[in-house]
Amino acid sequence: MKRIIVAVCFFAALIAVWQSLVTAGVYSPVLLPAPNQVGHYLLNALADGELQSAAWITTKRLAIGYSIGCAIGLPLGLMTARSKYLSDTIGVLALGLQTLPSVCWVPLALLWFGQSEAAMLFVVIMGTLWSVLIAVDNGVKNLPPIYTRAARTMGSKGIHTLVRVVLPASLPYVISGMKQGWAFAWRSLMAAEIYVTIIGGYGLGHLLHFGRELNAMDQVIGVIFVIVLIGLLADKILFSPWEKFLHRRWGTASN
Amino acid sequence: MNATEALQPIQPAKLVVKDVSKSFTTRRGWLQALDCVSLTVNEGEFVCLVGPSGCGKSTLLNLIAGLDTPDSGELVSDGQPIKGTGRERMVMFQEHALFPWLDVLGNVLFGLKLKPNLTPKDRIEVARYYLHLVGLERFAHANIHELSGGMKQRVALARALAPNPRVLLMDEPFAALDAMTREQLYDDLQLIWEKRKKTIIFVTHNVREAVCLGDRVILFSPNPGRIREEFKVTLPRSRDINSVELASMATEITRQLKAYTRPAEPAEPSHTAAPSAA
Repeated sequence: MKRIIVAVCFFAALIAVWQSLVTAGVYSPVLLPAPNQVGHYLLNALADGELQSAAWITTKRLAIGYSIGCAIGLPLGLMTARSKYLSDTIGVLALGLQTLPSVCWVPLALLWFGQSEAAMLFVVIMGTLWSVLIAVDNGVKNLPPIYTRAARTMGSKGIHTLVRVVLPASLPYVISGMKQGWAFAWRSLMAAEIYVTIIGGYGLGHLLHFGRELNAMDQVIGVIFVIVLIGLLADKILFSPWEKFLHRRWGTASN
Repeated sequence: MNATEALQPIQPAKLVVKDVSKSFTTRRGWLQALDCVSLTVNEGEFVCLVGPSGCGKSTLLNLIAGLDTPDSGELVSDGQPIKGTGRERMVMFQEHALFPWLDVLGNVLFGLKLKPNLTPKDRIEVARYYLHLVGLERFAHANIHELSGGMKQRVALARALAPNPRVLLMDEPFAALDAMTREQLYDDLQLIWEKRKKTIIFVTHNVREAVCLGDRVILFSPNPGRIREEFKVTLPRSRDINSVELASMATEITRQLKAYTRPAEPAEPSHTAAPSAA
């Protein structure tokens, strides 16, 4: 309860500072709209459904691309960790591509796929795939051999060992890799949406872009607010339960 | 099979090790871990392998477990050559090797889930029986990191016993524990051994521990790993590690062990005096 009060006070204070800056007229109202203006924009955009539709399109792109990225990255990571040849080839490729900021895929995707959904998906997949692959590979390579040995004595082998021992044992790595993959994917999708306009598929990035073009700062700040909110929610819904599980089982945190 | 059948005592196995050699290439060069070692362990016998580090006692345990294969020689369990790991031979390691992603009960269930012909309910009943046997039934849903070192090894023991193996292979399982915890576990292990009738091979570098637990104590010497001496321990059970008879026997074995561990060239096996090259 005390924690909630502290948090509420913090954010209230933040808005108060913002409001006082606006009231004092430090910045031009074009550059810094009042909090209630931004609220007004959000309510309007919600009322005509623009915001929900944009948020839905963006989340859908992210969900599909991220799922595909994980679905490819997870097994590939398991494979590169277990085969020296794959590690020397795909592993090195992944390591190299992972260092590439995923925004850099946007121009390439544009030329390859044009202004299409495919370009969006490609960017999200590239953002996810390599981080997840590297994380799984790392997790499996750092696995204490005693786990698989113990499992073998109990009659576990092959796929069973992989699914019941190797994967859960490297879960701390896998989860942090998936989280990083999500962060990369989310960032690159925003960049792609700001760059690429697709008729009939306006995401949050597009709203942000239009806000800039119309000099509508209330829209820009409002959309940023929504983007932050989605990021927070995804963290709480997708990763928090797993992280809590890790902390509880591995005993890595006190709360 | 139901839980009651799964809990029936099982016939312990006889193990025969014949002329087994095993070498490794390590970073520091080639190492003859075992050189023509032969050993017979009878049904239900408790045998302790003692020796300094590098004498191949853990290597032999891994070979019997089926985790490694010998360069030459034969390993036979109840007339069947040992090819790989098997549920009838369970291992307890020095590090507890418990799985942190499972709770205590989940760990004990791991091997049971790989055992066919049991319903999930039976498996839980069997797992709970063994948790009770090691005195941890109240901790079924505890996380591994919440347990003390001694409790972890108890869970590891329950996990190894749960599939009802005929042989229990223990690789310095109590080496990392404090003295008080260890002494309690000596008592418990002896009781469990009498109750569950297993053939046990127990690796240790602690001579007293070996004399306290074993029917036989087998002395290894390093470079290359060989069996040097064998002692029958006829002290009545259950044995107290602090008893005077036990201590004097341990002293005698330690004296001989010291003779073999002096830095020396591999000499002809000698049963009386130490190699005099030092």
